[in-house]
Order: sequence, then C-alpha cells, then structure tokens
Amino acid sequence: MAVIEVKNFTKSFGSKKVHRGVNLSVEPGECLGLIGGSGVGKSVILRSLIGLEKPDSGEIFIDGEEISGWTERQLVEIRKKVAYVFQNGALFDSMTVYDNLAYPLREHTPLTEKEIGERIHSQLEEFGLLGNHSVYPSQLSGGMQKRVGLARSIIMGPKVVLYDEPTAGLDPYNTKKIQEMILRLKARGVTSVFVTHDMPSVYAVCDRIALLLNGEIQASGTVQDLERDPEGLMQRFINGIEGA
Amino acid sequence: MTLAKDMIRWMGGTAILSKQVLSELVRPPLYFRLILEQIHHIGLMSLPLVFITAISTGMVMALQFGLGLEKFGGKMYVPKVVSLSIIRELGPVFTSLMMAARVGAGITSELGSMKVTQQIDAIRALGTSPIKKIVIPRVIACLICVPLLGAMANLIGIMGGLIVGWSELGLSPHFYWQKVLETIELVDYMSGMGKTFFFALFIALPACYFGLNVSGGTRGVGVATTTSVVTASILILVGDYFLTKLFWIFEQWL
Ligand SMILES: Nc1ncnc2c1ncn2[C@@H]1O[C@H](COP(=O)(O)OP(=O)(O)OP(=O)(O)O)[C@@H](O)[C@H]1O
Ligand SMILES: [Mg+2]
Repeated sequence: MAVIEVKNFTKSFGSKKVHRGVNLSVEPGECLGLIGGSGVGKSVILRSLIGLEKPDSGEIFIDGEEISGWTERQLVEIRKKVAYVFQNGALFDSMTVYDNLAYPLREHTPLTEKEIGERIHSQLEEFGLLGNHSVYPSQLSGGMQKRVGLARSIIMGPKVVLYDEPTAGLDPYNTKKIQEMILRLKARGVTSVFVTHDMPSVYAVCDRIALLLNGEIQASGTVQDLERDPEGLMQRFINGIEGA
Repeated sequence: MTLAKDMIRWMGGTAILSKQVLSELVRPPLYFRLILEQIHHIGLMSLPLVFITAISTGMVMALQFGLGLEKFGGKMYVPKVVSLSIIRELGPVFTSLMMAARVGAGITSELGSMKVTQQIDAIRALGTSPIKKIVIPRVIACLICVPLLGAMANLIGIMGGLIVGWSELGLSPHFYWQKVLETIELVDYMSGMGKTFFFALFIALPACYFGLNVSGGTRGVGVATTTSVVTASILILVGDYFLTKLFWIFEQWL
C-alpha cells in the first residue's frame, strides 16, 4: 500500500487555478522527486500532505487514511509521523537553536531534558552545526538556518519526510551533506518527497521523478526511464526547453 | 463596500477565534510557562506606562477641577470628583487605551511577522496548536494584567490628585484621603473594574486575529498593526458606554 496517495487534487487561489487534478503516489521507502517550474504549486502540494492547506477537491491518503477533511486536532497524529521541511527553515526566531530543536521533543516525547540535550547534540553534530546551541536564528546564515530547520523537522524520527528545496542556496559541500543525510534516512526506511530545482540532487537521491506542469503531473518515471527517453517531456523540461 | 465586507469578515473571524480559544482552553495541555512569559511582557513591562498615564490623569484632573471650582468655593469637592471619575471611568479606560496601543500593537506585529515568516505554519507542522501556544497565553495574560493595572492606575491616579491638592490647592493629604474613603463605594469600584475584563478581551482578541490573518508580507504587518490598535481603541471607547449602562442597571438592583 502506498504511504502517500493523492487523487485528483485541485486547488485555486482566488481566480487562479493552480492545481487541475494532481495524481501521485509514493511507495514505502521510496523517494519521489517532484520537479516543476517556479510557482506551479509544489509547495502547496507538500503543505497539503500534512493538512496545512486544504484541497478544493480530491483526496489525500496518508497510510491509507483520507486526511483532507480532518480537523487540526486529528492532524496532530499525521504531523508527528510526517515531517515537513520548510523551504526557508521557518525557525522560531524568539528561541535559540537549541530550543528550536527541543521544541518537538518537549512537546511529543517523555524524554528528560538531559536526554533531549544529548539528542540535540548528536543532531547538531550530524549537520555540522556544533557550537551553535545558544545562537538565535537571526544570527545564522541562510544556509545554516535551512540546516537547522531540516534538523528540527527530522529530530522526532519521522516515518515520512517532505523536503521543500532543502538544497537551494547551499554550497556544494553542504548540498552533498544534505544528500547524504537524505540517503541515510532513506536507508532507515523513511519515505520521502523531494521538491527541488536541483537536478544533480534528484539523480543522487530519488528513485522516481514526477513533473508538475500546468496543474497536473505530466510525466513521471524512474531515473533509468528518463535516460532511455531523451526526447520526452521530462528531459525537455530538465534541459530548459519546456517551461512552466 | 469593502469596509463593510472587512467588518463582516472581522466579526466572523473573531467569533471563530473566540470559539477556538474556548474549546482549546478546556483541553490539556495549558502552557503555564508561556502565560507567565506573557504576563511579564504584557503586565510588568507596562508598569511605567500605566504609572505615568495614571499619575498625570489624576494631577491634571485635580488641577482643572481645583482651579475651576475655586471660584465658587468648591475646592473641597476636588477629592470627591477626582476619585469618582478616576475609579469609575478614567482609570480603567485610560489604562486600557494605553494597553491597546502598547500591547495590541506588540501582539499584532509579532504574530504578523510570525505568520509571514511561516512560523505559525511551523507550529502547526510540528504538531502543536497556534491557539494554545500563541493566542491563549496572550488572552489570559491580558485578562490578568489589564484589571490589575487598572486597579493600580486607580490608586496612583488618586495619589496624583492628592499631590496636586496638597501642593497647589492647599488641601491637606489627610483631608483628601478622608474624603476619598467617604466617597468611594464598592459599587463604584466594581463598575470600573468590571469593565477592564471586557477591555482586556477587546485588546487581545482583535490583536491576535489581525496578527494571525496578515496577508501581503511586511507591509501587511504594518496595516494589521494599525487596524488592530484602532479596532481595540474603538471597541474600548464605544464598549465603555454600553458597559457603563449595563453596570448601571446592575447597580440599581443592588
Ligand atoms: N496563500 C496563498 N495565497 C495566494 N496564492 C497562493 C498562496 N499560496 C500559494 N499561492 C499561489 O500558488 C502558486 C503555487 O505556489 P507554490 O508556493 O506551491 O509554488 P512552488 O511550486 O513551490 O514554487 P517555487 O518553486 O518557487 O517554490 C503560486 O502561483 C502562488 O501564487
Ligand atoms: Mg515552493
């Protein structure tokens, strides 16, 4: 059974019809790369998968449960197992890096402050952010904020991770780090959707790629499928011949 | 036309927000630490402002009435007039108006900035509720702080009058204080203080509503902040009339 399944998803903002019927599904342990021009609605789809946004029509299944009609309180269960990595980190700027990372742990786990401290230490180490415990987000560079945001999203050990352009704006070294991170999580069996414009990272971590164009998934396939069909829509999009 | 639409949207939105606050208030957890933090921001940090407002009000009132009534030999009535008007009206209303400016603006701009930088979404995405984390602590802190600050303003305002009565009008502090105690009855006090709970809601709920519903980036935050302060002030001033009437009716019963 697919972990994530979206059926006939439509969504408009005002008179602008952004999604005309998106269908996609992600199998357990799989990493789906979702690509598409800027403003086609990739972030909105990710946000909808944890109920931050409601579709106008269509269905969203997470682990077989249809969540689009759920209340905020019911959605807490989904949000504990599905992590959303915000495009810009969305860190709490009134809290230190430490408190940002501790936030979900204090909220949803019975861990003691000492255990939380250990967990945060190892998480910061993994992201190359040691020594930034007591720093406020505004004192960090954009790339560091992004990494802290990623660290905060996955600190609970989620089953599913939705990455919203986690590598955008990062230097090659940290891009590589993030790719390795994603691969490590994948090796642990985490299912993920990876929204990005960064094709090398897609090739590095994704099993399958879907192209969102004009409000629909217009092409999808494995990386190998892509190589076999150099004239396909997906290749033309990647090479900048086909646009939004 | 758009104004009417905005009004209706605002009323509906505030009603929904109030309902959410009530329904989440009865479900654990309640974040006491966040409430204390807000009491610090909203209450303690407002002390100097409320102090200055109250003491100036009392002093000016005493001066105006003192000089005005002197001609008719009515200087002795200064303690009575000043203390009654402060306790029934000016203490609570001026305190609330100053709080609307300081706290209302603070809440709306903070929440608005959190909204445009997706921090409100982050609270939700991490499985927590912005109503519980953000709105309820601020509403409760206002409900606790505005009445307390109002009570403090009453006392300080009367003291301001006393100082001016003594230094400018030649009324002895003892006489002044005696008159104040003779004049003020519990109902006067209750009628003044009772309003502050409503004023606290008039400040906190619109402030949270406008903050959480900011649209249009940084500029939207500015617009929302202005709207929030204006709305709270109008609610306090207009609401004051109706609340006074309402409390008057209660007083007749007693
Ligand atoms: N809250 C909103 N109000 C109005 N319009 C919105 C809102 N959220 C998204 N949109 C519109 O929906 C469209 C899709 O937005 P979305 O953020 O999903 O794009 P995206 O594919 O993630 O783009 P990018 O690659 O630049 O991040 C945009 O055209 C945007 O104008
Ligand atoms: Mg996006």
